[in-house]
Parts: sequence; C-alpha cells; structure tokens
Amino acid sequence: MVRARGLRKSFGTEGKGEGVFEAVRGIDLEVRRGEAFGFLGPNGAGKSSTMRMVAAVSPVTAGELRILGLDPATDGAAIRARLGVCPQEDTLDTELDVRDNLVVYARYFGIGRAAARARADELLELVSLADKARAKVDDLSGGMKRRLTIARSLVNRPDLLLLDEPTTGLDPQARHVLWDQLFRLKQQGVTLVITTHYMDEAEQLCDRLVVMDKGVVAAEGSPAELIRQHSSREVAELRFGHAGGDGPDPHELHAEQVADLADRVEVLPDRLLVYTADGDAVVEAVHARGLRPVATLVRRSTLEDVFLRLTGRTLVD
Amino acid sequence: MATTDPSLQTGSLTGTLTAVRRLAPYFATVAARTWKGSVVSAFLSPIFYVLAMGVLLGGFIEVDPDRLEGAGTYLAFIVPGLVAGHAMQTAVADTSWPVFSNFKWNRVYDSMVATPITVRQVALGHLAYVTVRVTLVCAVFDLVVAPFDVYGAWWGPVAALGAQALTGLLFATWMYGFSCRIETDAAFGVVFRLVVFPLFLFSGAFFPVANLGAVGERIAQVTPLWHGVNLSRMLSLDRVDGPTALVNVTVLVLLSAAGLVWAVTGLERRMAR
Repeated sequence: MVRARGLRKSFGTEGKGEGVFEAVRGIDLEVRRGEAFGFLGPNGAGKSSTMRMVAAVSPVTAGELRILGLDPATDGAAIRARLGVCPQEDTLDTELDVRDNLVVYARYFGIGRAAARARADELLELVSLADKARAKVDDLSGGMKRRLTIARSLVNRPDLLLLDEPTTGLDPQARHVLWDQLFRLKQQGVTLVITTHYMDEAEQLCDRLVVMDKGVVAAEGSPAELIRQHSSREVAELRFGHAGGDGPDPHELHAEQVADLADRVEVLPDRLLVYTADGDAVVEAVHARGLRPVATLVRRSTLEDVFLRLTGRTLVD
Repeated sequence: MATTDPSLQTGSLTGTLTAVRRLAPYFATVAARTWKGSVVSAFLSPIFYVLAMGVLLGGFIEVDPDRLEGAGTYLAFIVPGLVAGHAMQTAVADTSWPVFSNFKWNRVYDSMVATPITVRQVALGHLAYVTVRVTLVCAVFDLVVAPFDVYGAWWGPVAALGAQALTGLLFATWMYGFSCRIETDAAFGVVFRLVVFPLFLFSGAFFPVANLGAVGERIAQVTPLWHGVNLSRMLSLDRVDGPTALVNVTVLVLLSAAGLVWAVTGLERRMAR
C-alpha cells in the first residue's frame, strides 16, 4: 500500500538565510494491505512530515515513495481520491454544522448531492453522532470532533486511512471509544497508518510499527517483537526518596548498587528502571541489600522501554 | 465511491472546471450562511452613497458636463467610479481574512487539499467564488441607482458590470497572493490604509483625474483602479473612446492574469510548508 526508500523531507532553502531543517532523513518502510501500521516517536521525530508526504500533499524532497502503487509527484489527485486523512489538528469547518461538514467534504470527491447526504447520515451513525447532525461543530466535545474528523475521512470509502495522532488531547474514555472504532474499521479490511507518541496506543492498535526519532527509523517490528528484541520481559520500577537538601540524586547513587541484579538499569529523574526477566526477584534482592525504595512497581516491558533503550529518552516529556 | 476519474488529472482545463464545480457546494454553503447580511449591505451601500455623495454633496456641484467626462450630473459621474471602487473593496475584503483564515486558523484549505482537489484548483475555485460575489454586489449597486437617471444607454450598466467584475477579479487575485505570503494579519491594516483607501480616493471615482494636474493625472492613470473606473464610466455614460477603452481592457486583463499567477503560486508556496 505504501513503499518508501530513502525518503527525505527538508524545509527551508539553502542560501536564503533560513537554514535547512531536515524533518525526515532517509527512511525505508513498507505498509501492507489490511494491516495497522504505526509511527511511534516523540514530537518532532518526523512522523507528521512523513504522514503529509504519504497523504500526497507535501512534496517529497528526496528518495522514493509509492502510495497505492502510484507516484505522488505525478498522481497526487488519484492517490488522494483513495485515501482517508485524519489530520493531527481538526480541520473541521466550524461555520458549518456537523452533517454539512461531511456532505461538503464528500462533494470534493465528486460524490453527488443525494449520495453525499446518504453517506453523511451513514457515517454519523457509525461514529455515534447521528443525534448531533444539526449541531455546531464548536458545541462538540474534543472526542466528538475527533470522531467527526474520522467520519469525514471515511466519506470516500478509502483503501488507506491515515491517522495523525488520532487521540492526542482526548480523555481516557474518549480514547477507548475511538480505539474501538478504529479496530472495527481494521476488521472491515481498511488499512490503517497511525502516528502516535503514546506507546499504549501503538500497542493497542498497531500490527507493526516503526520507532522514529530525529527523522530516522530507529527500529521496526510488531510491538511484541520490538519489546522482545530491545527490552527485558519485566521491569522493576524503584523510587527512592531524596536524602534531603541538595544532596546527590539518590537514583544515580542507587543505580550502581543494583546494576549487577539486572540486564540493564535506566535512571529517570524520578525513578530507576531495572530491566530483568523476573521483577519480583529484583525487588526482593534490593530489599535484601538493605535498600529502602519508597515505592516499587513490577510490570511488563512496554514500547516506552523500547524507545528509552533506542534513544536514551522518554516518549512524552 | 472512490473515484479516479481522468477529469481530475491536474493541470487540464476539464480537471480544473470539475474541481471548481466540486468546491461550489462549499462556497454555496458559506454564502447561504451569510446571505442576509450580504443582501442588506449590498442594497444599503449604494443607497448611502447616492444619498451622501450624489444628493447631499452633489447638490453643491454644478459644472459643465464636459468637465465631468460627459456626465449630466455629479451623481451620474461618480456612480460608475464608485461601483468600480466598491468592486475593489469587496474583492480585497473577501480575499484578506477569509483567505488567511483558511490556511492559518480554521484550516479549511488543509481539508480541501487532502482530497483529489489540488492547491491550484483551490485557489482558482476561491477566486471564482469571490469574482461571482463581487459581480452580484456590483449588479445590485448598478440596479439600485438606475432610477436616478445616471446611465447614458440601457446597455451601459450591463457593459459596465463587465468592467467592474474584471476590476474585482484583478484586485482579488493580487490580494489573494498577498494574503498567502504574509505571516500575521496585521499587514492587512497597512494595505487597507495605505493602498486600498488612497486608490479609492484618487483613482478618479470622485473627481476627474485631470483635476490632479498633469503629473498627478499621469500617476492616477497608471493605477489599476483608474482603468476600472474609467472603463466603467465610459460604458456607463455611453461615451466610449475606443483606443482608451482598449488600453483599459488590456491593462485589466494583463494585470488579472499576472495576479492569477501570483495568487496560485502564493497558495502553492504556503501549502507546501
């Protein structure tokens, strides 16, 4: 569905005093039909720039990109006719009501008036907004706006649905409603491409993903594969209290004392992450050494740990 | 329903016309939302102008028609110029904040170009809408003042409407391109005060540009609005000087064509960010 080789995107032109900013610095990827493919990375990793190129709205700076087998440089309109795009920021028209947002958008695809209206009603039903059809967009909650944007992206029955940070800014309940709807779309055979900086979202939705950082792909695989390859099975989180005053960071100090108990130890500002196959055993051993963390938590490794391992940084800061 | 029809191959005239037609429901919906205000102001503006300029101010002005470029009354003199100036102001207003907001604030353009419609087609579609709106506003103006015996022939206002529409297109394209190239909307205030308002005052709408003296007259005659005002007036009064009219039409058409390029490249640059 999507194939990229050495894909690059830069902004600004050399010699104009603006400097060149390289948002995407040579990535390879392959999205297959029917899968949910994710771009996981922090803000500024190049996810949205990549997404805009895949959406055939932003010209490719260098490298090769094929979307649905077509070249966006020459067949942009034909590609976009088969894509659904849910942008990071809602681009709903606040001056039109909920239903007109869908109807007018359907007309851009050349869908006739009657068919556009029927499709709008069908989609409002799908995203549970039928009772809001005549409401003003501004009166919708954040979650409802997102659902409307997703409904709009489905208006042309796309083969490929692009979702840029679909649940950013939503409360947990609204996120779960949305995930459920995206999951159902995938069941219906729609190929999904999702960017997110939430590891739980990536784990929930994506069959396969790339971890992006600073414009490059740091790793690629299924969530389970990535965790297996780049992290331990479990993580013991240890939180130590400050000894008081401006003393040295207790986490730095204790990191050395537990280093031999684990595969790897990461120091975060507020806790230690101890990577191991058996978290409970580590916690016991820590106590046995007379160390007294104020809080401990044993959990499975997540994509967050993978990201930390690959980049030395956390996803959301 | 996913379409890959060849008429949407970008660059072709059919493709562009198809795209403009597909954008029409959007602009129709926008127009439908604001039609009451538009209609009221379309009818009230000419009435205010006629009252203030034609009746109240014009009452003081009694000159030989030869000094008023052939107009029998001051009202008949200023009406065609006012309408051309009104076309400029409507076009500039419609392509300032409404355009800026479409890529900066409500991002309506972003949603349009996510579909088979291209950036160029979006710019052309929006300009087509503005030109239609300007033409309707001017038609109402021409109609409202018709009972005041201001036209030299029945077809005068009809032909003048063409000149006024062309004037609207010209200013719409240039303002459109400008709106695409600025970073903050504060620049609009400067344009309105330092470009639009002086043009309106000194391009021959209110007095014959000959009154500006030889140098002033030459300067006024190179402003784009003067060509619109002059053409509109000659047609309206049925006092057409062929060679001058040809120059006026040529200038308006060439500047509009250049403006179209400026507008389209402006939006293309803006949307490529």
